[in-house]
Amino acid sequence: MKTTGLPILNIIVFLPLAGAIICLLLPSASWSSTSLRRSSWSTGRPAPAPGPVSTLGPAGIVGLVVALLELAFVIFLVIDYPTSGHAAGFQFVSRHSWIGAFGIDWSLGVDGISLFLVAMTALLFPIAMFGPTLRGNSRAFMGWMLLLEAACMGTFLSLDLFVFFVMFEITLVPGYFLVAGWGGARRNYAAMKFFIYTFAGSAFLFVAIIALVVLAAPRNGGHQTFDLITLARIAGSLPHADQVLIFCGFAVAFAVKIPLVPFHSWLPDTYTEAPTAGSMILAGILFKLGAYGLLRLGIYVVPVGAADMAPVLLTLAAVGIVYGSLITIMQKDLKRLVAYASIVDVAFIVLGFFAFSSQGVTGGVLEMVNHGLTTGAIFFLVGIVWERRGTLRFSDLGGLQKSMPIMAAVFLAVVMSAIGLPGLNGFVGEFLVLVGTFATHRWWAVVATVAVITAAVYMLWAYQRVFHGPVLNPANDAVADISWRELAVVAPLLVGIVFLGVYPRPFLERVTPSVNYLLDRVEQAAPNAHVPKTHNVTYSLPANQDVRGGPPGAAGAASASGSGGAGSGGSSGSVPSAAGSTPGSATASAGGSK
Amino acid sequence: MNAAYLIPALPLIGAIVLLFGGRRLREPLSGWLATIMAVGSFVATVIVWVSLLGKQASARSIDKNIFTWVPVNSLHVNAGLQLDPLSILWCLFVTGVGSLITLYSIGYMHGDPSFSRFFFLLNAFVFSMIVLVLADNYLFSFFGWEGVGFCSYGLIGFWFDRDTAAVAAKKAFVTNRVGDYGFMIALFLLFQHFGSFNYRDVLHSHLSGSFATGLALMLFLGAVGKSAQIPLYMWLPDAMEGPTPVSALIHAATMVTAGVYLVARSAPIIHFSSAAQWTISIIGAATALLAATIACNQNDIKRVLAYSTVSQLGYMFLGEGSGDYGAGIYHTVMHAFFKALLFLSAGAVIHALHDEQNMKRMGNLRRYLPITFPAFMIGFLALAAIPPFDGFWSKDAILAAAWHKSPALWAVGVLTAFLTAYYMTRQVVLVFFGQSRWFDHAKERGAAGDHHVYEAGGVPHEAPATMTVPLVILAAASVLGWLLDAPFGGLDFINKWLAPLFPPTVAPAFSVATGTKWLIGLVSVAFALAGLASGVAAWRRAVDRPRLEPAVLEHAWYIDEGVSRTVAGPLTRMANTFSFVIDGRLVDGLVRAVSGSFAASGRQLRRVQTGYVRNYALGISAGAVIILFYVSLRAGS
Repeated sequence: MKTTGLPILNIIVFLPLAGAIICLLLPSASWSSTSLRRSSWSTGRPAPAPGPVSTLGPAGIVGLVVALLELAFVIFLVIDYPTSGHAAGFQFVSRHSWIGAFGIDWSLGVDGISLFLVAMTALLFPIAMFGPTLRGNSRAFMGWMLLLEAACMGTFLSLDLFVFFVMFEITLVPGYFLVAGWGGARRNYAAMKFFIYTFAGSAFLFVAIIALVVLAAPRNGGHQTFDLITLARIAGSLPHADQVLIFCGFAVAFAVKIPLVPFHSWLPDTYTEAPTAGSMILAGILFKLGAYGLLRLGIYVVPVGAADMAPVLLTLAAVGIVYGSLITIMQKDLKRLVAYASIVDVAFIVLGFFAFSSQGVTGGVLEMVNHGLTTGAIFFLVGIVWERRGTLRFSDLGGLQKSMPIMAAVFLAVVMSAIGLPGLNGFVGEFLVLVGTFATHRWWAVVATVAVITAAVYMLWAYQRVFHGPVLNPANDAVADISWRELAVVAPLLVGIVFLGVYPRPFLERVTPSVNYLLDRVEQAAPNAHVPKTHNVTYSLPANQDVRGGPPGAAGAASASGSGGAGSGGSSGSVPSAAGSTPGSATASAGGSK
Repeated sequence: MNAAYLIPALPLIGAIVLLFGGRRLREPLSGWLATIMAVGSFVATVIVWVSLLGKQASARSIDKNIFTWVPVNSLHVNAGLQLDPLSILWCLFVTGVGSLITLYSIGYMHGDPSFSRFFFLLNAFVFSMIVLVLADNYLFSFFGWEGVGFCSYGLIGFWFDRDTAAVAAKKAFVTNRVGDYGFMIALFLLFQHFGSFNYRDVLHSHLSGSFATGLALMLFLGAVGKSAQIPLYMWLPDAMEGPTPVSALIHAATMVTAGVYLVARSAPIIHFSSAAQWTISIIGAATALLAATIACNQNDIKRVLAYSTVSQLGYMFLGEGSGDYGAGIYHTVMHAFFKALLFLSAGAVIHALHDEQNMKRMGNLRRYLPITFPAFMIGFLALAAIPPFDGFWSKDAILAAAWHKSPALWAVGVLTAFLTAYYMTRQVVLVFFGQSRWFDHAKERGAAGDHHVYEAGGVPHEAPATMTVPLVILAAASVLGWLLDAPFGGLDFINKWLAPLFPPTVAPAFSVATGTKWLIGLVSVAFALAGLASGVAAWRRAVDRPRLEPAVLEHAWYIDEGVSRTVAGPLTRMANTFSFVIDGRLVDGLVRAVSGSFAASGRQLRRVQTGYVRNYALGISAGAVIILFYVSLRAGS
């Protein structure tokens, strides 16, 4: 297991949180004008169309510094992540007892699957925060965004089901306020729908987690534990039906969050009404929380349930791809079309996961990152069109390429990534998902491949109606092209899109070992799940992470493999006092790193 | 052999420079840059070719691995090049014809505000096409395959402010994607069966008949999309919305032959399946005939050539399906010469008449275009398969193979040859002979405010040297190119060159008796001459002959319209239903119903909380009675 002197994962989670608190503490005098105070979300009645605010007020500076610092830490993490030795387990693990009585640990770790989700989050947040023109209260906006970033990071990095659940739920709050505070005309309806729908789904997650913990306790020497690795080890010995039910609880919660057809109807409203930054983050990252949960909690912890329910999820995914494609084609609004297209993309992710082949799952993980880059970029570009034109209805647009040629080129590149043009990231992910699915579930893949055609139809038709054709509406005649600043903002996403398409190897090399390890687990737990044996490598895992044959009880709640004495001391100090833990008992650092 | 890397690298560099710096380079510098890169690529190809010539026939293959593209466990795909006789042959004419057309475009695109964008796309196209043919595995070929599709999209829709161009571009891409569906399924089958996409691994194993049929048909579906065969040919005529050099390069000489390449490359798979071979030859023959009938009645100078391209591609597949890959490839190369020549000449005509494309408004142009006219005539004779021009020899080889496969296929081929000669004669007569009809129309357009037409005094003018030089070179190739594979005197270079790729185990040798060969040749010449004569007879004096121009042919048998009405219409309605009825009302409606029921039950329950103590007391006592009743029942039993 890889550790460093720095408690890097704790820093990654707490840095944005600290930034959010600083934003909150900033004096209100720093708001740019009094008229804006009335338009803040807290009044619940924003003033109509407040003017754009200079993003770089005091809150903006804090946000920028924190977001970029966060990005720097994450880049450091990616560079430092081991590639050799087939490292498959969690790295940089940091574990501190938090609420000891219930077996709840503050426990973080990163593996190949979460590594790039963390990287994508760190990349997308500064872009979403500083790319689109901000209207309204910048202090609150920066605060919510940083809180959201912290919660997302926490979800991706947590190795404790309680921490996961808390982080997962916290994301809803900033998500709600971002839509309700800075959204479009029907923002309140959309925000409420988003919140209630996903919160209802979370009830299933909560029940499943509690059920798992309670059922597992007798098999863990009577100790309750929320530790992911321990639970994963124990879950296999639970009765078959229990495992399936627990998995179903996870699946429903995450299916709403992802969302899988038929749980998707909150999505178009939310994405369409959200502000540009909100759509970028919601589509780019919040989606992935659900997909990631399905992988980390669903497949990893209860592989038997996952294997049993795989046909259902595969079918939902395949249906979602065809159904989503059909309804996407006919959309009359650019932003709504992009929102619906997301349903198709995430269905691909689920399809790849439950194919249980290493290509499929790796492709699914890559699709998660791809979708973040591509959809983030698309929503950003759509936001630019909206800022310039004030409408996104296809009937009002057309011929924009004439006045915005560079914008048209950038948009086309992103559209091609969404269509899956080889050489861009979308293709690699889509192809791996399909080839992996075909190997195990041929006919599902044959159906899903239809998206190759339909994606071209709806994306190119949309592109044509926005950028091509004669200029019929005089308002489209002299639209300002994308500015240098906007180009610089979108450039990192474009670089990612091209890089992952041309040279995905560094990505795949880090993801594949973790995926193989996961699939080994599925194969062991459910030998009839037809997991194709695709590798002959044994993966090195830290002893306390080997959920198959590790010493029983050794990896229990009390054991800790901290991230070095100095590091754990520092991080324990930053555990928020609100959590009710006393710092003295919180630290259980053995300092022992393998 | 590091020149191998230069073949794809030079156009790629050109494309990247033009993408980022094209606006600064401007006209004509960006055009020259693109031309130099394409020519450099051609030179590098020639160097590799010469070095391969120096080797033993069996050792003529160089592998160059560039980097590992997609490694996931057993799936390991390299971005690698394989330079063997087949790929180098394709590369030679792709870069050769590509260079000439890039040069020609400098003149043709003169004055276009998006001059640099055009040359970016041309270089990107040449790069993608090179990757397609040089790749050492199916997946990397697919990279190039989609790349050319993208460039074609960009080039057809180059004049994006025309609605027709934008629609045609989308149509081309989507139709190609239908074919790509087949290609992708084939890729999945390859991976599942071989665990590899490498030509080296895939093409040397024994396959069962049914698997080979499925795989070959899926690959052929890809080829059908890219090479515009039945039923996916509709995009190609519409693709003529692009600038004429694009029509010449992409939609005649190179990209559309990618399907022919794919089938030739997959020959070791196809030969395990007789069903696939029959499918390929029947589709080829049927497409050849169908497109030829439609071409007889088009009035747009480019649409005639577009349909003739579809028809000639059908011939190529007919040859390949009949087992004579050499003949199909021979025709591909010859076709690249003469069809590029025809399109570029047509471009010169259009240029001379200031964007007039209707043949009925041309006529008598032979007096004004001293270089274009003979060039077009040479292309015409080659396409009409009049000996000794290019088309005759390659078409003859295909017809011999078709005869060997089935006399019915041969008969279709000969009938098509007659029609080909007829519609090309009609075109030549209408454009270059007869009365000058352009003058009146030019006047009309001038009166309508199009002063551009009058700048040159109203008289058509010959194109600049950048445009005529490629014409002359291509004309020479169309006259002499057939010597590359002449059926006598030991001149069959292409067949000898490709022999290692199509050993008798893959393409069993067949022999057609010498007498039969002569007969086949004579019959096809007779049919071609008959077509030529009837064309002259019909169109020498008249411009409009309603009886020879039935509307059904002008509308291409109404197939396109019919498909739009019977398939696109219901599909659109279905999608509309899904979007706004099922998704909007049913799925979301259910959700709203659930939330509504919560709200409603909340409203109902609120009535219970009246605030009156007597009501609560009533409730409590009623509950207590029920519980007591229940408990006493349980206790009693």
